[in-house]
Amino acid sequence: MTISRRQLVGGLTGAGIASIAAPRILPAQISEPIRVGLLAAKTGPLASGGIDMDLALTMFLKEHGGILAGRKVELIVADTAGVPATARTKAQELIEKEKVGCIIGPLAAFEALAIADYLTEKEVPTLGVAAAEDMTQRHPSPWFVRLTSTSAQCTYPLAEYVTKELKFQKIVTVADDFAYGHEMCAGFQRAFEDYGGKIIQKIFTPLATPDYGSYVAQVKSADAIFLGTAGSNGFRFLRQFVEYGLKEKMAVIGGMTALDESVLRNMGDEALGIVTTSWYSAELDNPLNKAFAPAFRANFKYDPGYYAASTYLAGEVLEAALNATKGDVVDKKALMTAVRGNNAQTIRGVIKFDEYGNVIGNVYIRRVAKIEGRLVNAVIKTYPDVTQFWTYDKTAFLQSPVYSRDYPPAKNLEP
Amino acid sequence: MQFWIIQGLNSLSLGGLLFLLSSGFSLIFGLMRLANLTHGAFFMLGTYFAAVALRSFEGLNIWITALGVGVTVAAMGGLFERLVLRRLRANPLGQVLVTLGMSFIISDACLMMWGGDSIPVPTPRNLQAPTRLFGFVFPTYRLVLVGCAIAAAVVLYLLLERTRLGAMIRAGVDDSQMARAVGIRVSNLFTMVFALGAGIAGAAGVLGGPILSAYPGLDADMLPLALIVVILGGIGSLPGAFVGSFIIGTIYTFGTALFPELAYIILFLPMIFVIAFRPQGLFGRVIA
Repeated sequence: MTISRRQLVGGLTGAGIASIAAPRILPAQISEPIRVGLLAAKTGPLASGGIDMDLALTMFLKEHGGILAGRKVELIVADTAGVPATARTKAQELIEKEKVGCIIGPLAAFEALAIADYLTEKEVPTLGVAAAEDMTQRHPSPWFVRLTSTSAQCTYPLAEYVTKELKFQKIVTVADDFAYGHEMCAGFQRAFEDYGGKIIQKIFTPLATPDYGSYVAQVKSADAIFLGTAGSNGFRFLRQFVEYGLKEKMAVIGGMTALDESVLRNMGDEALGIVTTSWYSAELDNPLNKAFAPAFRANFKYDPGYYAASTYLAGEVLEAALNATKGDVVDKKALMTAVRGNNAQTIRGVIKFDEYGNVIGNVYIRRVAKIEGRLVNAVIKTYPDVTQFWTYDKTAFLQSPVYSRDYPPAKNLEP
Repeated sequence: MQFWIIQGLNSLSLGGLLFLLSSGFSLIFGLMRLANLTHGAFFMLGTYFAAVALRSFEGLNIWITALGVGVTVAAMGGLFERLVLRRLRANPLGQVLVTLGMSFIISDACLMMWGGDSIPVPTPRNLQAPTRLFGFVFPTYRLVLVGCAIAAAVVLYLLLERTRLGAMIRAGVDDSQMARAVGIRVSNLFTMVFALGAGIAGAAGVLGGPILSAYPGLDADMLPLALIVVILGGIGSLPGAFVGSFIIGTIYTFGTALFPELAYIILFLPMIFVIAFRPQGLFGRVIA
């Protein structure tokens, strides 16, 4: 930011002296910038997403001249390196040393879980982007909202779409072998089987899988394969999938990160026609996104995806909340109430939050198409106001165990 | 039946890739008694170079790229040995630490230069179509890769067994003090072998590119595989690296296919037995 620490201190002392002289002057905290902390993995294997998170949020603040709700905003970015322990240290640093008023991020569920209790204990308003189901289900925190989606939230509409519109009956799922992959496949399986489909095989691959050949070779014959992967893994799996000649035999569908814009920009025509689901697409046709996506592309030469959109979205929600509190962040309760009571117009459409702090918003079914020579996720259907519970009964949902590798049990696996 | 044939071919192709990766590691380990933890980073560097070269120059041949990148990475490795490692000769632990540090520097430099996205390395156009044999479908490039590994093994074998340089290297591996005493410049040999090992790793990175893609963390994914191949095959033994690669390739492939949950346990558990019952590895000699 443009303001240096020395200037800030000078300003504060000045304000202090001034307030002795003239007690009616504005309290010092109003002239002081609001400090916002961003936890993002800017190095390590998750760096691609983390860097986009930083770029988009910085861009959001720049568009507003660094001022939200009439107050200067100072952004402090901490690199978690995609490591839970580091995320914890950095969160501590942001809160105790940098005295941030709220935190945006972090990206990965295991990072978010590592700091969840700490943030609740410190009562720091957090605008989260990580997807771990229970953070807004069985273990919600009054200080946490999620702007993006739970692991499974976007898969329910996809399950409906592929059974009703594409008439798929048998599907193989493949995902990374960690909570995000487990939860996503479980949610997809639940909805898909409730619509009458059958998951005939579930493959989970270790996060660090150098060669996907032996996994690709096991894929059973089905109508489609569902990719529940994150980062570059899905893309590398898909590459082998094509090389083994399987793409001619079955369709490919995917979750919200499998063919994210950040993955798509490095892919070739083998991606064409793949149907995925997400709460965002750079192609979304609403005025805010029509301004955001082209501006992002003009600045950084590629389309914004899940990660970039998530922090830009966080900026929009924060701005709406600050407008409601008239720029006050000291009353953390009031700020949190304002965040949760949000009905913000955002780049993903209008969103609100349920009582657990999870977002209710549109989910988009997208198909990879080529426009102006580049691959994009063209929106083919919109499911409005999707909640984390989909059409299921909330109480029953929360009483069942959280989604996992083996829950709900897969009953239709083929030997 | 199809399962066993396809996964068998998969084992072979992964074994081939592992040999290209680990032969250099084994050579360096054998001669210099140094666990070169930069090896994975050299491999990754090769993959990134290939991704950049093959994507910017349409029609560039992957074999020529492998050669060019191999020479480049070899030069970098040689310089690293000359300028850094040599100064720490008396401090083996320091050397290992420096190679680890170097691997961090390389991987962060790659991240800065090429970002966090996975960058695909195009498969050579004439090898893109899958091979169809008796109703089986298998990627042609993987078959060719096995051929590459065998060719590399033959060349390295001839180099070590049939040339003067090879004889000097073998002498250095067996007893470097005696080799020095009879007038072999072991320090120069160190630089040469380190460069050679790095170069093979770089070239292997190019050839592995179409299967793996270039991505941050590739180095850390590959290094343990090189380590276990060398532990299994025996330190400094080329036949050991060759046999070890194909054994590990087979264990890994069938392990992930039959017991996917236990993939890494199946891979690393046998190492305990190797270390317990045959610490010198299958083909290693007992070091006095």
